[in-house]
Amino acid sequence: MRRTHIQVRLNGEDTDLLCEPRQTLLEVLRDELRLTGTKEGCGNGNCGACNVMFNGRLVNSCCVLAPEADGAEVTTIEGVAEGDHLHPLQQSFLEEAALQCGICTPGFIVAAKALLDDEPDADADRIRHWLAGNLCRCTGYDKIVKAVQAAQGQSQEAPTR
Amino acid sequence: MTAAERPILPKLVGERIKRREDPRLITGHATYVDDLKLPGLLHLAFKRSDSAHGVIKNIDTSAAEQMPGVELVMTGKQLAEILGPMPIGTPFPSPDHYAIATDRVRYVGEPVAVVVAADRYLARDAADAIEVDIEELPAVVDPEKAMQGEPAAVHEGFENNLAVPYVPGGTGVDPATMEVDNSALDKAFAEADVNISQRMTNQRLAPNAMEPRGVVAHWEPGKEQITIWSGTQNPHILKTMIAAQLGVGQHQVRAIAPEVGGGFGCKINIYGEEYTAAAISRKLGAPVKWIEDRSEAFMATTHGRDILAYVDLAAKRDGTVTALKLRLIADVGAYNMLLTAAVPTLTMLMLNGTYDIPVVRAELTEVFTNKTPTDAYRGAGRPEATYFVERAFDMLAHELGMDPADVRRKNFIKKDAFPYTTQMGAIYDSGDYETALDRALQNAGWEQLKQERDQARAEGRIVGLGLAYYVEVCGLGPSASLPTGGWEHAGVTIERDGRITATTGSSPHGQGNETTFAQMLAEQFGVAFDDVTILHGDTGVVKQGIGTFGSRSQAVGGTVLMNAGEKVKKKMAKFAAAMLDANEDDLVFENGMISVKGSPGSGKTFAEVASFAYVPVPLPPGVEPGLSDEAFWEPENNTYPFGCHIVMMEIDRETGEPRLTKVVAVDDAGTIINPMIVDGQIHGGLAQGIGQAMIEEVVYDEDGQLVTGSFMDYAIPRADDLPWFEMDNTVTTTPVNPMGAKGVGEAGTLGSTPAVVNAAVDALSPFGVKHVDMMLRPEKLWRLMQGGGA
Ligand code: FES
Ligand code: FES
Repeated sequence: MRRTHIQVRLNGEDTDLLCEPRQTLLEVLRDELRLTGTKEGCGNGNCGACNVMFNGRLVNSCCVLAPEADGAEVTTIEGVAEGDHLHPLQQSFLEEAALQCGICTPGFIVAAKALLDDEPDADADRIRHWLAGNLCRCTGYDKIVKAVQAAQGQSQEAPTR
Repeated sequence: MTAAERPILPKLVGERIKRREDPRLITGHATYVDDLKLPGLLHLAFKRSDSAHGVIKNIDTSAAEQMPGVELVMTGKQLAEILGPMPIGTPFPSPDHYAIATDRVRYVGEPVAVVVAADRYLARDAADAIEVDIEELPAVVDPEKAMQGEPAAVHEGFENNLAVPYVPGGTGVDPATMEVDNSALDKAFAEADVNISQRMTNQRLAPNAMEPRGVVAHWEPGKEQITIWSGTQNPHILKTMIAAQLGVGQHQVRAIAPEVGGGFGCKINIYGEEYTAAAISRKLGAPVKWIEDRSEAFMATTHGRDILAYVDLAAKRDGTVTALKLRLIADVGAYNMLLTAAVPTLTMLMLNGTYDIPVVRAELTEVFTNKTPTDAYRGAGRPEATYFVERAFDMLAHELGMDPADVRRKNFIKKDAFPYTTQMGAIYDSGDYETALDRALQNAGWEQLKQERDQARAEGRIVGLGLAYYVEVCGLGPSASLPTGGWEHAGVTIERDGRITATTGSSPHGQGNETTFAQMLAEQFGVAFDDVTILHGDTGVVKQGIGTFGSRSQAVGGTVLMNAGEKVKKKMAKFAAAMLDANEDDLVFENGMISVKGSPGSGKTFAEVASFAYVPVPLPPGVEPGLSDEAFWEPENNTYPFGCHIVMMEIDRETGEPRLTKVVAVDDAGTIINPMIVDGQIHGGLAQGIGQAMIEEVVYDEDGQLVTGSFMDYAIPRADDLPWFEMDNTVTTTPVNPMGAKGVGEAGTLGSTPAVVNAAVDALSPFGVKHVDMMLRPEKLWRLMQGGGA
């Protein structure tokens, strides 16, 4: 099949690649760019395991065609930490043990970051509502919501970027 | 650093130690099976049946074979030439079940052909191009009609679709002859003041681990060995089964469970796709990969539950229960998988609940239908038992106008009665049911909640309170109770640098064994947590093992790890004694040192003792070089954790939509190694139990079509469906293992489901409602409020 050239600003770096027009952004990230932190839980927009930031918006990358990403700015879970320095959300997921099998976790962290970037003071109901696009079968969400709340405290103290 | 300067190490067991699995998981750097790539990897796709029941007349693969990138297409008949029917793990007679259907299809989603192609999408397209001609047969969907042989036979040779025709158990049943004496049962019901009688269903569920199944198989022709990576709960069982199915030696198979994204029982079974991948890799001499998509997961991963019960309970007017009788009918779907037939027998085993009931009788029938096969799903048989018993107890409480807590208290097995042999033949190890009940009532503010409920009712709101008590059978279990063997294996090595490396056959998929097991070993040896590494999931590294299911990791896997550790510690003491010129019994292991009691300054570090042990000049008499040992262990009995769950629910009068406003859990899992991990296990169980009660149900239509085939039609709880969980625990240790740990992986699902339904019925009791079957669809509740049936 004919491949299309696209250029993406991926986790802060300009990235060139060839993709087939039918490929999803999720597939390209995982199979072509070896960024396997983004997961496939359903492939049809119902679980959030594939969440990435796309031009500042939270999207399900399984529902985005790769050619659509040409010229876009994309952040995946691999781009959430700064070097060895964990993002406050990653730190609080760690402190609260807000994960078990971990397959949903990259999606949750990306989604929660999208929320807190926009609404740093979101209350618990708002957090639950926002994260309702992400499915977790292991945790019952209790510790996930607590971790997001804990990160709110931290991000107020932490220097803003 | 001198001994005196070494830091005092903190206590580890019982502490909230952060999970060491998490750093790789939160950064996206963990490796699950779908993240694996091998050079020359080919991809499988399965063509699956659209029909629930029919005879395969013809399969035309010609178009698929000609598509670019397609390496191979095989029908079931062709595969059957290199792969025999799949083994099962239960002793019941079982129909032949091929990895890919050969002549008949029996459920929607059953594979009929497999394609091998250069990538996943080519394989899919080619599978779509396969034409299958099926002569439809009537679909068998209603288990009670199926038992009459209607409308068709799912399998030849299984009259009236009976997978397991009739198993009686309990009071009056001779376990050797299965002869049944009804006199005690009849007498109890004849003399009862109150009889409760209710048909109840425990509906079919889809496990839905968030990582679907997946497998990579790599046969290396030169070595004649296969490596198989699979999202499995039990790599050692996978290895054994793959070897048997391929007809090769155990030594030719290495099975690896990489990071596994949840299991919940559905990844215990060894599936046709795994056998197919192995057989095809061997045939082609190339690595192959298959990753399930979510719609396949709904159709082709085993389902859970699906058992209905005719429940009869006899009681005195003071609330004393005198007899309980259940006729159980399990709809097991189209085939027997690894443990299918055994799961409902666990329901039978647990029908005494936490109660001292003098007469308990169960009769079990298992029925084949044209649905996806069932197998273990979190709790596996025990949530079903708990649900039936706890609903019946609540119905009794409502009938007598008693507080549901009082009815339970009245009938509890008393704490000095353990070990307690139930009418069903279980030997409960230990228990203190009243303490946990009292704690739950107190934490919930039960009396206050009752007032709030009554107040809300007076205002015209629909509010209910539900309480349920459970006991579970965990820590499986002596070998007599498991076809795989009921032991576990561990190995412990002190490395040359003094660090500890241990292997465990308990291969986790989210349970955090790398953390809890390191806590235990570090404390046993008196070393730092970070100096202990736990390896698991690779049969090339972990010599033997059974796996992670039945809440057995801690009770069985933890115990054997301690035993292996003890052996190595003894040997290490011999080396240290030689070095220190001391008596080995006078040594203490603490703060990373081995020293003579009373003189901590004199000790040797682990690294020093290890270097001596691996280059022992001179070798102390009676000791072999090196510091490594292993252990097998199996418990003599299961463990029986228990607990009490309380919920409060409000139902919207206009829409019928139920909402939980409070969830309180008090669980007793015996000794706890890491409370943070234990809380998480219970949280997840609560969510799944609440999901069953409120929003989850696998639905088939009358043609056997799966109606709930995606997350659009099958709901699992989301963050905004659930309230906070209020957690607490009591500790009643088990005498079955030295740690006193009982296991906790499934507990949350047991109490929460009946507690939620009890709350719904309580809420609807002003409308004369006595029972409602799950799930609690708003429409159903709304109709009940309009005075109609559900
Ligand atoms: S994989 Fe994209 S939403 Fe589920
Ligand atoms: S941690 Fe397993 S699905 Fe969320």
